[in-house]
Formats: sequence, structure tokens, C-alpha cells
Amino acid sequence: MKRVVVTALLTVILVLGLATLALAAESDAVKIQGLKVFAACAIAAGFGIGMAAVGCGLSQGMAVKGALEGTARNPDAAGKIQVMMIIGLALIESLCIYALVIAIILLFVFPGNETLQNMLAVAKAG
Amino acid sequence: MEHPYLFLSKLAELFHADRLGHEWPHVLYSWAIIVILVVLGRLATRQVGMIPRGLYNLFELVIGGLEEFMVTVTGEKGRTYFPLICTLFLYIFIGNLLGLVPGMLSPTANLNTTLSMALIVFVTFQAVGIKEHGFGYIKHFMGPVWWLAPLMIPIELIAHLARVMSLSFRLFGNIMAEDMLMIVVMMLAGKFFAPFPLFFLFMFNAFVQAFIFTMLTMMYIAGSLEEAH
Repeated sequence: MKRVVVTALLTVILVLGLATLALAAESDAVKIQGLKVFAACAIAAGFGIGMAAVGCGLSQGMAVKGALEGTARNPDAAGKIQVMMIIGLALIESLCIYALVIAIILLFVFPGNETLQNMLAVAKAG
Repeated sequence: MEHPYLFLSKLAELFHADRLGHEWPHVLYSWAIIVILVVLGRLATRQVGMIPRGLYNLFELVIGGLEEFMVTVTGEKGRTYFPLICTLFLYIFIGNLLGLVPGMLSPTANLNTTLSMALIVFVTFQAVGIKEHGFGYIKHFMGPVWWLAPLMIPIELIAHLARVMSLSFRLFGNIMAEDMLMIVVMMLAGKFFAPFPLFFLFMFNAFVQAFIFTMLTMMYIAGSLEEAH
């Protein structure tokens, strides 16, 4: 667990450091700062949805396990158990959907595509 | 992502309603679903003879089944709220499916539509509780014993408000993710008909999301109708 945390931190520092090196020739502090913010947003979106998917996968697995055990014990109740399982799965999945919405907001709404295109165009031209 | 090509938006340009078509396409497609539902309703009630056939049969199955299911969840007192439940179910189901047709947009893929529906549900179940219990509705918020009330009232209030957020975000997130996935898969491998097997998953998900929204509305109404703890 500790190795995972250390690796993640080193990745973050590496990515931010590379961004700084690539744009250091620009010497426009605002644009460097902007791209660093976007790099941080991209990493946050990726990790956020990844961890949400882990929790969602485990919980839905436990829900289906309970439903299958119940059906195996009592095949006559299979219809009702199936309906309840579908409802339970949709409710658990909604938590992962909240994380997905936040990740999409991070990537597409902030910092905004036009600003990013401007910054990338200036970086390429310079 | 550039703007998608939407048929009804192009049609609205003919009527000089450019802003409606391009800035608020979800409103335009909401009206399209209303027109579809009204036309289907008119066509279905034109019954010839005693034996139901065709569209009448299909609607009898859908509405009858939904009503029986609702009575098992809410009890007999909930029967008066069935028109709201059925409208929500049909509107959300057709709205979700409309996004799969090329050239059309799901109105439920926009947070405005889903939030408006969640607010309607919120006002409905609060009004049902107040109508049923009068001032005694406050007992729903107080918890099982009277001395826990200062702790339970804020928690219950937040839980009621969180129901609005969860209903709207669940539907919005699911349908927006479905649309985005379809766009991405079509961009990557569209010429090999790659999205085709995904359409089955999307149609199943559209039905499940409509069903979940409707079922949660039924449970909230049932919770308002029943006696407090």
C-alpha cells in the first residue's frame, strides 16, 4: 500500500516537472501554471474514476453473490430476487456515476477547452 | 467534440427558431417526446371490437402491469398517484431510447431535464405527506424516540434533499455516459459496426434507469403515506 502511494506521488511530481521543462522556454508564468492545473485535473479525474470503479465493482459483486445464493436456496423465489437484485445494482452503480460526473466536469468544463487550445497553440509556436 | 447533427434542430431552423434548436436542443426533444406520447395514446385508444389487438394490447400490458406493481409497493392509497408514475416511466424510457437513434438527442442526457423531474417528485411526495398527515407529517422527521428529535430532524431533512440530487444525477450520469460512449466507439471503430452489440446494453440500461426512477418515486410516495415510526 505504501509503495502504491509513493509511486503515485512520484508520478505526479514527474508529470508536473516534465510540463515545467517543456514550457520553460516560454517564460510565460501564467501559461505554465494553467497547464500544470490541467495536468493535475487530468490525473485527478483518472484516479477518481478508477477508485470509484473499484468500490463499485466490489459492492456489486457482493450484491449479486447474495442474490445467487438466495436463488440457489429457493428457486421458486427467483423472480422476486431478480427484481430486487436489479434495483440494488442500479442504486450501487449510481455512486460510481457521481464520481464519473465529477471526472467529466474536471476534464471538460474546467479549465475549459478554448483556454487550453490557446495555451497549447502558443506552446507549439514558441 | 464538435456539435452533433440533429434532425429536429435543422427542422427548427426552417421555422426561424434557431436558438431553440441549437442552444436548447433538449427542450426541443422533450417536446418531440410529448408529441410522440400523445400520438401513441390517441392511436392506442381507437379500439375496434371487444378483443384488444395491436397497440391497445401493448399499452394494456404496460399500464396494467405497472399499476399492479405500484399497488404492491404503495398499497391501495397510492392508486391516485398512478398517472404521475406512468408518465414518468414512459417519458424517461422513450427519452433514453431516443438518444440511440442517429441524428437525435436524449433530453434526459441534460441535467436540466432530470433535475426538473426530480424536483417534481420531491414536491409530490412532500405534498402527499402533508395532505395525508397534516401537521403530523413532522413526525416523519423526528425519528423513533422523542428525545432524538434534535439530532434526527437535520439528518432527515438532508436525506430528503439528497433524494433529489441522487435521482437527478443517477439518470443524468447514466444517459450522458451512454451517449458519450456511443460517440467514442463510433469515432474509433464506426465503420466495422462496432457500436451494434453495445446498443443492446444501452437499451437494457435505458429500461433499467426508467424503472429505477419510477420505483424510487413509488417508494418515496409509499414512505410518505405510511404512518411515522
